[in-house]
This record gives sequence, C-alpha cells and structure tokens, in this order.
Amino acid sequence: MQRNPQLNRNGELQHLLSIDGLPREVIERVLATADSFIGVTEREVKKVPLLRGKSVFNLFFEPSTRTRTTFEIAAKRLSADVINLNIAVSSQSKGESLLDTVANLSAMQADIFVVRHGSSGAPYLIARHVKPHEHVINAGDGRHAHPTQGLLDLYTLRHYKKDFTQLTVAIVGDVLHSRVARSLIHGLTTLGTPEVRVIGPQTLIPAGVEALGVHVYGDMREGLKDCDAVVMLRLQNERMRGALLPSAQEFFKHYGLTAEKLAVAKPDVIVMHPGPMNRGVEIDSSVADGPHSVILPQVTFGIAVRMAVMSMVAGVSA
Amino acid sequence: MSALPDAEKLCVQLAESIRPQITSNTVMIGLYTGGVWLAQRLHQLLEIAEPLGTLDIAFYRDDYHQQGLARDPKRSSIPFSIEGRDLLLVDDVLYTGRTVRAAMNELFDYGRPARIALAVLADRGGRQLPICAQYCGVRLEVPAGARLRLRRAEDGRLSLQLEHAT
Amino acid sequence: MSLRIVNARLIDPASGRDAMGEVLIEKGRIAALDADARAARPERTLDAAGRVVAPGLVDVAARLREPGEEYKATLESEMDAAVAGGVTSLACPPDTDPPLDEPGLVDMLRRRARALARARLYPVGALTVKLQGETLTEMAELAESGCVAFSQANVPLQDTQMLWRALQYARSFGFAVWLRPAEPWLSRGGVAHDGEIATRLGLPGIPSFAETIAICAILEIMRATGTRVHLCRLSSEAGVAMVRAAKREGLPVSCDVGVHHLHLCDVDIGYFDSQCRLDPPLRSQRDREALSAGVADGTIDCVCSDHTPVDDDAKHQPFSEAAPGATGLELLLPLMLRWGALHKRPLAQTLARITCDPARILGVRSGRIEIGAPGDLVMFDPEAPVRLTRDGLKSQGKNTPFLGYELPGRVDATVVAGKVVYERE
Repeated sequence: MQRNPQLNRNGELQHLLSIDGLPREVIERVLATADSFIGVTEREVKKVPLLRGKSVFNLFFEPSTRTRTTFEIAAKRLSADVINLNIAVSSQSKGESLLDTVANLSAMQADIFVVRHGSSGAPYLIARHVKPHEHVINAGDGRHAHPTQGLLDLYTLRHYKKDFTQLTVAIVGDVLHSRVARSLIHGLTTLGTPEVRVIGPQTLIPAGVEALGVHVYGDMREGLKDCDAVVMLRLQNERMRGALLPSAQEFFKHYGLTAEKLAVAKPDVIVMHPGPMNRGVEIDSSVADGPHSVILPQVTFGIAVRMAVMSMVAGVSA
Repeated sequence: MSALPDAEKLCVQLAESIRPQITSNTVMIGLYTGGVWLAQRLHQLLEIAEPLGTLDIAFYRDDYHQQGLARDPKRSSIPFSIEGRDLLLVDDVLYTGRTVRAAMNELFDYGRPARIALAVLADRGGRQLPICAQYCGVRLEVPAGARLRLRRAEDGRLSLQLEHAT
Repeated sequence: MSLRIVNARLIDPASGRDAMGEVLIEKGRIAALDADARAARPERTLDAAGRVVAPGLVDVAARLREPGEEYKATLESEMDAAVAGGVTSLACPPDTDPPLDEPGLVDMLRRRARALARARLYPVGALTVKLQGETLTEMAELAESGCVAFSQANVPLQDTQMLWRALQYARSFGFAVWLRPAEPWLSRGGVAHDGEIATRLGLPGIPSFAETIAICAILEIMRATGTRVHLCRLSSEAGVAMVRAAKREGLPVSCDVGVHHLHLCDVDIGYFDSQCRLDPPLRSQRDREALSAGVADGTIDCVCSDHTPVDDDAKHQPFSEAAPGATGLELLLPLMLRWGALHKRPLAQTLARITCDPARILGVRSGRIEIGAPGDLVMFDPEAPVRLTRDGLKSQGKNTPFLGYELPGRVDATVVAGKVVYERE
C-alpha cells in the first residue's frame, strides 16, 4: 500500500485531503496555527504577507458559495492571488477530463488547488498528478471528507470545551451522505474523544460505521443525554422525501433539534452546524439563534483554520 | 561553555539605561519567545503603564519559502493602539536583524507608531540588514555555528546560554 | 505438423498425473505419451527441461473488445496476450458492440479468431436481443454459429418474468445459461462493497445481499425449469454458501470467480486506487477467504481472468467514475500459482481450476493431456517471474492492481493444435 499521500517524506503536511490518517501532532499544529491567525483576523490590517506572489486556484466542480468564499477570504488574508473556477459537472463530462483541467491550470503557475468535487477520492487523483511544489486542499469530495470543516469543528470544540478527552459529542442527521460527519469523527477519535455518537434513522446511517469508533443511536433523546456538544448535519432537499425519508416534517419531529430535545444534554452544551441551515428541518430557529449555538463563531474560526492549512502546506516541499 | 554574563544583572542594567527615556507615551512589545520573557522583566522594572504587548513574527519571516511555516506560532497580542506611540521593541538576542525587520513590518500592519526603539539583552554582531539596537545589555562574540539564547528556569530566573550546532 | 515435447514435468490435472514425461502431438491432437512418444520422428522437438507442461489454460471469461471497442483493444493484441499467458481456449462474453445476438456477428468473430490461429475462441451468445432484456435471441441459430452458452454479460435482467422464460427456452434445447448474480436495484449506483471500507471512503456500496438475492431467484427458477446455469464471478461468502447447498441438493449449477478476487479485498482500494474498481466489487477479507475455500473444495468450479482491458484515461478518473475491470489473460496463471502456493495446494489441483474444470463448463475436450485430446499445451517455469510491466504485457489493457509486481509462472511456450503459437524470445 502507498505512503499517506498527504504527508511528504518528513511527515510534513503537503496536501490536506482527509483527517483520516493525519497524525495527532499535525492536527494539533493546525489548531495552534489557527489560533495565531485568529489574532490576525481581529486586528485592523487582516493581512499577512506569507503567501504573497502565490496563486490559489479554487477548483469547484460542485457549486458552493460559502465554502469558496471563506477559502477566498483566507487566501487573500495571506496575500495570495485567488482565481475562482466553477466547473459545472455537465460541461466537464462533455469536455476535459479532470486531470487535463488540472494540467492546464498547472501550466498557469498554480501553487495551491482548493478542490471540491462530487466524487469521493477526486482530490487524491489530483494530488498524485500535481507537480512537487503544488498543493491540494480538499474542500469536499463526494461523501468522503471535508477536512477543513472537520478541523474548524475541532477548533470550535476546543475553544469552548478545552479537553477532548472528557467530551461526549453527538452528530445528528444524514451521516450516510455526510463528508462533514466522517471528517469530524476521524478528528474526534484521533484527539481521544471517549464518546462519539451518531444519531439518525437507519436509512441515513452507513454500514459498518461503528468501525469508525462511534456509537449509533436511533432515538435522539437517548443519544443527546449528557452531551457536551451537538453537531447538526444539513439534510439536502432531494433526500427529504423518497426511499430514505418520507418527509421533512417527520424527520424534524424525531431528529430535528429543538430546545426540548436539547434539554437532556449537559446545561452548557454547545450546538454546531456546518451550514447552511434548514430551519425547521434539522434545527429549530430558537436553538439556532439561542444561547447554546456557536454556529456563527464557527464561520470566523473557519477562516483562521483555512489560513492555517494553506500556510502550512504552501511552505512544504514534496 | 565560555563564561556568559549574568542575564539577571544585565536586565537590571538594561532597565536603568532605558529608564530616562520612558514617557507616558511609551509602550513595550516583546518578541516571542526570549524577547517576551525579557520584556516581562523590563516592563515590571520600568513600571510602564500600558500592558505589555507580545508579537510572533511567524507570518512575516523572510525564510518561509525555504523553511516553511514556523513550527509553533504563538498568538500576537497588542492590547493598545499603536498609532502615534513611542514603541519599545524588546528581543533577547540581536543577530542578523531579520527578526526585527519582520517585527517592524508586522507592527506597521497594526498602525503607525511615532517611533520605534529596539532594546536587546545581547548583540552578537553578524548583522545582514541595517538594523541597530538603541539599548543593549552586552556585546558578545559568538563562535560560528553556535546559537545564543535566553533561557528561563522554572523559578523564572533568566540566563544566557550558548547552544552549539548539532 | 508434429510436435514432441521432452524432459517435461507433465501435469494432467484431470487424471492427477504429475510426473516427468514426453508428449507427441500429431494432426492437432495428442497422439502419444512418454515411452510411446519417444519412438516418433516429429518435425519439431521442444525441450521442456526445468519446466512444467500442462494442458493449455481454459479461460471462461475474456473480453476481446471486438467487435466495436477497438480503441480499447483488438482481437490481435488480446489473442497475443492470451497465448502469452498460456491460455489456449477462451470464452468471450456477448457484451461487444454490437452485442453477440446475431449469427452473422458470431460467425465473423469466429472466422477472425481462426484466421489469427492463436487461442481457440468460444463465443457466449446474448440471451436477449441487444442484451436489453425484452426479446429472446435466436438461441438455436446462435448455437449453430458456435455459441457455447447464453448470457446477459454484466447487464442485469430486471424483468424476472423474462428471466424465467429465457431459462425455459434455453432448457428446451439443452443450452446452458451463464448469469452474473446481481440484483439490479440493489446494485444500482454502487461502486464498492457496502461495508466499513466503503463507509470510510464515502463510496456508494453494493451490499452482499445484492448477490445472494439474485442467486436465490436464479436457483428457484432453476428448480422449476431444470436449466443448467453457470453463475459468473461470485464475490461473497454467503453466495458461495448458497451454491454449496444448491450443489448438495443436486441442482445443475456451476460457478466461477475472477482471479483478482482470490487475492484482493476492499482494503486494497487504499487511497482510492481505481485499479481496484472491479465488477463485482472486491468485498471483505472474510468474503475473499470464503471464495478461496470455495475454489479449494470445488464449490467454485473454476477460476477465470475476467479479462477486461480498459484504456488509461478511463482509469485516471475518480474511483466511482473509473471504468471497472482489470486486464487478466497474462495474470491468470501467475496469480493462480500464487494462490496455490499460499494455500499449499498441490500444483495439479491448482491447475485443474484453470484447465479441465473450465473445459467441462464450456463442454469441450480441451484442458486434458490424454490420447485424442486437442494438442493444446502450455510450457511454463513455475519459479521464473512474469514481466507484469506496461511494456511486458501484450494486452492493450495495462489496468491491473498487480502492475509492476513480480509473480512467478513465466510462460515459455504455448501450443495450440500442435502448433507453437507463442514462444518466449
């Protein structure tokens, strides 16, 4: 089997593809570096010259405004040049192959590719074919991973809860299709979180998920008992009615987060959501806007975390 | 190890040389990590009103492309406005001058000070940029390949140490 | 043309013979063995010192990509690959373009193969027109053109009524039907075995019961019709168990497994290696062990290459978008030998699964070394390594997880109908 393609021969992070397989020290280094960048985001001149002269190409094969925007802001705060490419999947399937697209951009002197793609594993394929000085950051591939989201979720948890080894964390919703859930689960288990739970109807819980180190709950009230943190996953429109679920209403009744359900968690529980939220489907407005919610701080932390990741990989040679 | 001067004594001497220049407009900023320890001591000795600022230059270094990102960046904290202030920058050892250059670049992203003065515990020469210290505890010759560092013991006692390249 | 092979370690899996000896081939058939062979004065003598001489390999599934997909591979290149791999008889599935649903196409294919004079080609005809599952093909006509069985290749038959009628019709003529057991709705959209690895990698999964439900349906219909069915490319532990029980029951069922599935499981996908994108998917380690046990105890009748040449571009895609399949004709022997060595099987028993056993499934007399059998032999060195490199492989498909590996089992010569059709330089 191959060496972990994210790390170079010295064990340094040259690409960020998945939290799965990242040594604990690397994760902690990202969080510590993000900490320093929070300081930068709080002052008037929010830029540092670290990536001046470098080009960051946002290669989004799946549309996304918010993730792309936060990567753009992060890159610009590092003084990098940012080029956005939104490649609709249909035009890609008619025309250029994925590797041809990357090769063309490489010829335009790219330094960092931020890639979001609908197929799991696409960033790995890209990482196998880029030049030694080019770096790939996975902004979400299929159901597989969304490592920067996982890292900012870890940052958020550490900010409010400090010690992972004492926590009970519940992840609720469409785990089957969620790259956010998978990344967070890997991060939590690597940092020693003793109790990680997934909560959802069986149709939305993937086979063998226990092997990732989680406990499965079908009953939300059972699963939320004594939780320190609750992470709500977004339910996509097309999944709300069909073979997986009968309706958004029934989902909300049993798996939507309301103040009443949240009451069984610890009194200082925090509520997280990767966004964008479907109010009234996975989360009630009173909770989303309530005192336990840290959903907006997550966004700020996200910029610092992405600055940290970009500055760590860009300084590393293959 | 050749005999190095007593860092604690040097601190006191350095503070005394700075004291006449302290005004109500003076603010002090220490550079991580040795410079912060030194600045904490000086800040106390000189009884400066404004809280101490701390600066990490990880994101302003000029060797990022060769060395990558520094291993352990700290969070800079400047709990006052820089605008129009008399800034006293504090570092433990002055060598090539690149650290101070990076620090000044970073400080100007916080605001525009009236003036910046540099105070160091030891100047080991070997400047590669036109940088000098207004206040200096001691001038030392350091053998090539060795590093001069400020160390803080568990009880808080400061000492200068020479580390040879491995 | 008469050919004698001397100093050979002669292995005939059908009889269990594994001893030094000689073979004489005359007029395309095995004419004499050992002492009797010594008396003759052949046109050519091959010295097999240090090598094994066994029946030429019989491969029940190899895609030659003709007609229609010549950009992936041609009959020439793949027949070259076959004999380089020691394969002297092969069956090709009907999923060509157009599918083998017309006697004219089958005729043409057989003529092309005969003209190339390499391995013997046994086409498997389409079960339904265009493989679309709506109309039966003229099976009797296709059989007359040379089809040895009828199949849907990898295109699942969704209409079970149609499956029943097709099996009934085939039974009327005594034809065998070869089926991939894959329930179409459960298999839809899946690219990997539904389990821990697929969950970790975020790949859509195909549960094992997609295979067992299909096997169950097929067995039930067989009980009603009495049709001889060969199940193609088993992949699961439960599937093997069902076939074992069905055989004990006395049903006329046989099955095979692709040689890659004897060695690999879903863990080998690693960091999304699209060379491991196969159809059926690589399942868990337990499934692999059960497939192995099935081959060992004969529940799985034979092992095939499932040769599927795929061009580089089609593999240089994200895992779920990559074309499934692996090149296999030149890996069948070395991978089978490695399997035999790992499981400490006697060489004759290992070779049976790629010689006389698949020959029995095809209904041909090849795959044996006995007087009167076709003069198809392979001479190989069980210790010398095979060059599994891009340049070393003769197939146009370089797509295998074993590319670059060193595996023993180098073929030094391949004989078909007494003619040396391949010889190592």
